[in-house]
Amino acid sequence: MTAEPQNYLNGEYTIKSWLLTTDHKRIGLLYLLTILFFFVIAAFAAGLMRLELLTPQGDLVSSDTYNKLFTIHGVMMVWFFLIPSIPSVLGNFLVPLMIGARDVAFPRLNLLSWYLFVLGGFFTFHAVILGGVDTGWTFYTPYSSTYSNSHVTEMALGIFIAGFGSILTGLNFIITIQKMRAPGLTWFRLPLFIWSMFATSIILVLATPVLAITLLLMGVERIWGIGIFNPKLGGDPVLFQHLFWFYSHPAVYIMILPGMGVVSEIIPCFSRKQIFGYKFVAFSSVAIAVIGFLVWGHHMFVSSQSIYAGMAFSLLSFLVSIPSAIKVFNWTATLYRGSISFEAPMLYVLGFIGLFVVGGLTGLFLATLAVDVHVHGTYFVVAHFHYIMVGGMVTAFMAGIHFWWPKITGRLYPEKWAQFSAIILFIGFNLTFFPQFVLGYLGMPRRVHEYAPEFQVYNVLSTAGATILGVGYLLPLIYLLWSLKNGPRADQNPWQAAGLEWKTASPPPEHNFEETPVITEEAYAYPPLTSSQPTPEEPHG
Amino acid sequence: MAERTTTIAKQFEDLPQQREAVTLGMWTFLATEVLFFGGLFLVYSVYRHFYFNAFAAASKHTDVVYGTVNSVILITSSLTMALGVRAAKLIQYRNTIRFLLLTVCLGLAFLAVKGFEYHKDITDRLVPGLDFNPDLPLHGQIFFWLYWTMTGLHALHVIIGLGVISTMIGLLSRRNGRPVHAHSIENAGLYWHFVDIVWIYLYPLLYLVGRHS
Repeated sequence: MTAEPQNYLNGEYTIKSWLLTTDHKRIGLLYLLTILFFFVIAAFAAGLMRLELLTPQGDLVSSDTYNKLFTIHGVMMVWFFLIPSIPSVLGNFLVPLMIGARDVAFPRLNLLSWYLFVLGGFFTFHAVILGGVDTGWTFYTPYSSTYSNSHVTEMALGIFIAGFGSILTGLNFIITIQKMRAPGLTWFRLPLFIWSMFATSIILVLATPVLAITLLLMGVERIWGIGIFNPKLGGDPVLFQHLFWFYSHPAVYIMILPGMGVVSEIIPCFSRKQIFGYKFVAFSSVAIAVIGFLVWGHHMFVSSQSIYAGMAFSLLSFLVSIPSAIKVFNWTATLYRGSISFEAPMLYVLGFIGLFVVGGLTGLFLATLAVDVHVHGTYFVVAHFHYIMVGGMVTAFMAGIHFWWPKITGRLYPEKWAQFSAIILFIGFNLTFFPQFVLGYLGMPRRVHEYAPEFQVYNVLSTAGATILGVGYLLPLIYLLWSLKNGPRADQNPWQAAGLEWKTASPPPEHNFEETPVITEEAYAYPPLTSSQPTPEEPHG
Repeated sequence: MAERTTTIAKQFEDLPQQREAVTLGMWTFLATEVLFFGGLFLVYSVYRHFYFNAFAAASKHTDVVYGTVNSVILITSSLTMALGVRAAKLIQYRNTIRFLLLTVCLGLAFLAVKGFEYHKDITDRLVPGLDFNPDLPLHGQIFFWLYWTMTGLHALHVIIGLGVISTMIGLLSRRNGRPVHAHSIENAGLYWHFVDIVWIYLYPLLYLVGRHS
């Protein structure tokens, strides 16, 4: 230990030095621990649900408990795991490193974000301990505001507070990326992860306040006993849905754009190639952020929305798939003739592409008005968004954690185990969620704990898959923790990757770089291949 | 805040970078505030469209005198704030403190008037759900629900703004001869003007909408 150079981890060991840190890298790790806590709870809730659905009868939990389980699962996975997952953990750790800055623009605000997140998490967790909430993560009125006898107000308060944490994180990233880039690091030399974090931050900053006011109005209505979403007063409950989805649909892109950023970093590294179509990938992130604000109405195709509004939202929802497809095509083109190797991060990323394509294409089914009427509120929807959010975002998060693990901890993880668990994750995920597409298409509604016996075979498959998926999450937890002490030490750049974060020590010193780097080349400047294959399109290659 | 107003924080290279970052940060924050109030304005528009006549009738029960006086007070406070920012840029700190104190006084006056008005609203039975004047149309309750929520949230922002300005006054009076970054005062000013602008919209929507005929 004595030979180890000074870095952000070994400077100080006290608890106080962690709880009062303003170092973006330490704050990233604080987030990592916090979201893991919520992930475990939410995953446990999911496990109980899958166990209940093993049989058509409601024999494990009552319908009431089941409602509370899917609410816990939804609320905690969305707000306390997925939204902060890549942005607040990897984003916090990497954004300043990737742009050659000493820290984010407002380090103390950054710490405040974490405290707001923890405080919000506390209220949410407390609401669960008191007996939970049965509204689902969407809090639809008037059930949430008038009729539900569960702890809606406290859970909404938790989300409200955590939301301000998200807003401040987004704000910090926007300013950091705008104003703190190292000399020579122009916009088109930025890593694509930074572009996607920028797009994500814009959504965080512009959408989250609308969620805040919506939950506030719902909460005030609940406390006051009367309000504007109450039909008794002439209020319109669907207005709540509009406001809620004006946040929550863009929030879906908060839950995928950062994952796309991670993928754009890892693919060039493990195919030893410059990314194909840099500007297209960069601008498609911005396009997703912009168009993502215009599609919320596709959640209300069957909620008394006008048919013309439905048509417009349907068209816009088709449009938003174009930038996503651009990304997939460019990633694929990057792989083409690359010198591909299959280390664990790459395996996760390849899994991501497959799962994201399935999730994206089934999204088009749902954007089609007539099909949506058939599958609305069924397991088809559940399968679709899990393919994006779990198959996409969580897989990308795993990829990113593995890829940057040596940088974060200074240790290498055991490669064989990681490759094995990446494959387990892929198999388990598909077995869990693919049968749900079939279930939904056949008409099994979501959010019920009993179902018709003919659906059982698919539910058994899904539950079996969930067990395998659980192993796929447990394994990395074990071997990554093991590697903290027993993994071989990582050098500065174990992947031979391009990118500023690899040009400083692993783990980085407290102020990231010994001297401010000056950037003279484009991102992903991987050396040209030395293979015998001629590359006619690169004259200097 | 303290070190940011007297020195360059360690994450920044130089003063211009810090100034630009802090100012852009403030504008971004105001964008989030616009979206926050935006939700309320949307709700207002929808229900005014649904219940046009009820909104007009209910609006006549707001107290236009209190509302107008408060508009004048708040606009004046924006003027004193702007003068304070100007004085800070000219490094006339004594004047800055004077103008900021004046702004705080006007802000407190606004809250006091609002308090009297709320008291009158309660005695006039304008609280939806709890005690609402039965002579008013049913949907007038939505109007007054929005009235209380919007002015209440606005008042909360006034209080936060007063806190920010008071912090600036504290910084200025404890500066011990060192220069104070004018952009900190300017950002406090931006926030205060935002609070003012929200009121500029609330005033016609709540007080004047039923009185134009």
